[in-house]
Amino acid sequence: MLNWTNFLSQLFNGLVLGALLALISSGLTIIYGTLGVLNLAHGAMFMLGGYAGYVAFQATGSFLVAVIAATLFMLVFGVLLERLIIRYFYDRPDEDQLLVTFGLSICIVETIRYFFSSMTKMVPPPSIFSGITSFGGVMFPTYRLALIGIVAVGLLALYLILYRTRLGLIVRAGIEDAVMVDSLGINVYRVFMVVFGIGAMAAGFAGIVNAPVVSLTPGMGETILVQTFVVVVIGGVGSFPGAVLGGLIAGEIISITSMINPAYSYIMLFAAMTLVLVLRPRGLFGKKGRE
Amino acid sequence: MSKSKSNSYNNDRRNFLRTGLTVAGALALPTGFASRAFAANRPPIGTWPAGSSGHEVFIGITVPRTGGYALQGEDELKGYMLAVEHINEGHPLIRKISPKTKKGVLGKKVVYGVADSAAKPNEAVQAQQRFISENKAVLMTGATSSAVAVALNKLAQREKVLYVSGISGSNDTTGKDCVRYGFRQCFYGQTAAAALGPVLVKTFGKNKKVAFMTPDYTYGHTVTKSFQDYLAQYGWTTVTDQVSPLGSPDFSSYLLNVANSGADVLINVNWGHDAVLSIQQAKQFGILDKMKLVVPYQVPFLAREVGGGLLSGVYAATDFWWTLAEDKKYPLAKMFVDAFDKKYGYKPQWGAENAYMEFALWAEAVENAGTFYPPDVIKSYEAGRKINSLVGEVSWRPQDHQLIRPVFIVKGKAPSAMRNKEDYWDVIETVPGLPLMQKPDEFGCNLGSYT
Repeated sequence: MLNWTNFLSQLFNGLVLGALLALISSGLTIIYGTLGVLNLAHGAMFMLGGYAGYVAFQATGSFLVAVIAATLFMLVFGVLLERLIIRYFYDRPDEDQLLVTFGLSICIVETIRYFFSSMTKMVPPPSIFSGITSFGGVMFPTYRLALIGIVAVGLLALYLILYRTRLGLIVRAGIEDAVMVDSLGINVYRVFMVVFGIGAMAAGFAGIVNAPVVSLTPGMGETILVQTFVVVVIGGVGSFPGAVLGGLIAGEIISITSMINPAYSYIMLFAAMTLVLVLRPRGLFGKKGRE
Repeated sequence: MSKSKSNSYNNDRRNFLRTGLTVAGALALPTGFASRAFAANRPPIGTWPAGSSGHEVFIGITVPRTGGYALQGEDELKGYMLAVEHINEGHPLIRKISPKTKKGVLGKKVVYGVADSAAKPNEAVQAQQRFISENKAVLMTGATSSAVAVALNKLAQREKVLYVSGISGSNDTTGKDCVRYGFRQCFYGQTAAAALGPVLVKTFGKNKKVAFMTPDYTYGHTVTKSFQDYLAQYGWTTVTDQVSPLGSPDFSSYLLNVANSGADVLINVNWGHDAVLSIQQAKQFGILDKMKLVVPYQVPFLAREVGGGLLSGVYAATDFWWTLAEDKKYPLAKMFVDAFDKKYGYKPQWGAENAYMEFALWAEAVENAGTFYPPDVIKSYEAGRKINSLVGEVSWRPQDHQLIRPVFIVKGKAPSAMRNKEDYWDVIETVPGLPLMQKPDEFGCNLGSYT
């Protein structure tokens, strides 16, 4: 479907998809970069954020309350998960970390399925963003356009935390060398707790702001998790700017390829990841020693 | 080791029985019994006779309980469970379909095991392998994805254990991938296209531009092809075919191509949650205001999940819709819907109906064979008897093991016209099955051997 209107539409769409992927991936990459834990429950946390927002929306009817409630809920959930389970796995082998987070993912998904069934749940977009916007022949759902701004605010907040606060300084130092930070007298494990909470919060925020776009099912995190890993690999493990750029690249690859041949969208995404791994194994923004 | 020991024990015992029964049969018993005794002469095949030598027979069920088809898998499972309950208690409904049934199948209680296939062929095959080796399953079932159905067809033929396919819409299941040990009850791409196609042409006219959304596996490809072939005869042209992987997290990029394609009609072949999401997102992109939506292979719970009355006026082909129970022509449908609703608290979807029919028809075939010996059960299926069923009289086509059964055309109701919260579709047409079907060998079916 090659024509100018479709190209513009797909370009925009790639931006929206990419922004969302960037948001989810940034949580994953921060957690991995700092804690060294590859969190396979990240997709489940994305889904859980959506459901937390859904419950809040059902109770209040306000999308804004749903977003705030889901984000805070996931911050608390992340902190509790770190305290109760994850922290016991910092010094365990990688495969133990993979197994425990994979197991947690199954537990979270099946708990949600138990209470909410597999039936799709919907959270409508706020009324000011409902409907369709047309510009230059391009028709696009208004909420999806608004999502670019919403995600940008989320990413900006993460940026400010990571680059403009003392906590962020320690986190970034932890990504480079956690042992050194620890020997400087900073309680690195308390920072780990906060980092895991922030990562979960980012996933939860993405989950609820994405809910009006995709509607909720318990298994929604599984498919997005794969794409998220691709984004992290492309952007560079542990790199926040890498996650943002990787997300945008992934979104555009999916959208633009679909215009030429939709069956190849995901193949091209993995081809791009392979190319990055061959040419620059540590990813676009990755640094030696992190991976 | 223990397996071979038990086999040799069984063989010794079987040799003893064989000699004793042959002598007794030749000397004293009526001809019918003698032929039954002769059956004991046969070498073991698949899980026979081990699987049916006790008081119980085991069925292995693999349905998706996770992933994009989970909701439909649960509905299907409930249909299987109700059928087993009815078979074991000799419920009047089962006895109307299988008049020889008393309690159980050939007097043996039916038990089952359930595994989650996640609609993935490898997981379904692994689980069924386990059911065969550990539980000596006499029957396998469950698909809700034709990729799974095709894989289990192959397993059934290799292991010589019967398989009834569950929900499977691909032409291949009883077409190029058909097997002697596999049977399908439900409608499929070809019959859906031949039944729904005339309605589409009549409603929307000739020479239309059509966009397809196709899931990237055997079900999607064959259903899309059947519709393209049928509609091409009336000048319909495909302006775009958006092929997407099963379980896509987002359909926006495909939908933008559809939106900019200039199509008059959108035929959405996606299934399960993919169908729900793609239709909801089609609404977000304004596509449903620009073109007519068609669901060629109806999805259980679709109208309820999509919400917002989006399926109002939409045409679909289906295996069953619960309001058939209100039609006096289908007294068994009423019995089924009532029993199901009473047990599970909602009206059965077509996944449950398909599941119930499959087990009932299997019981009927085994009772008529008078044995669990698989080649005899297969021949019983292939005898082409007219069988009373939930959707009227049906029969098996011996050449490809496809049930000859009607296809129902439904049209989505407007929310204001719904009589109750489950009244989503109107059955507008009942199309007899046989004229819809391709010639038995047209899709390359070669059933293979009995032994």
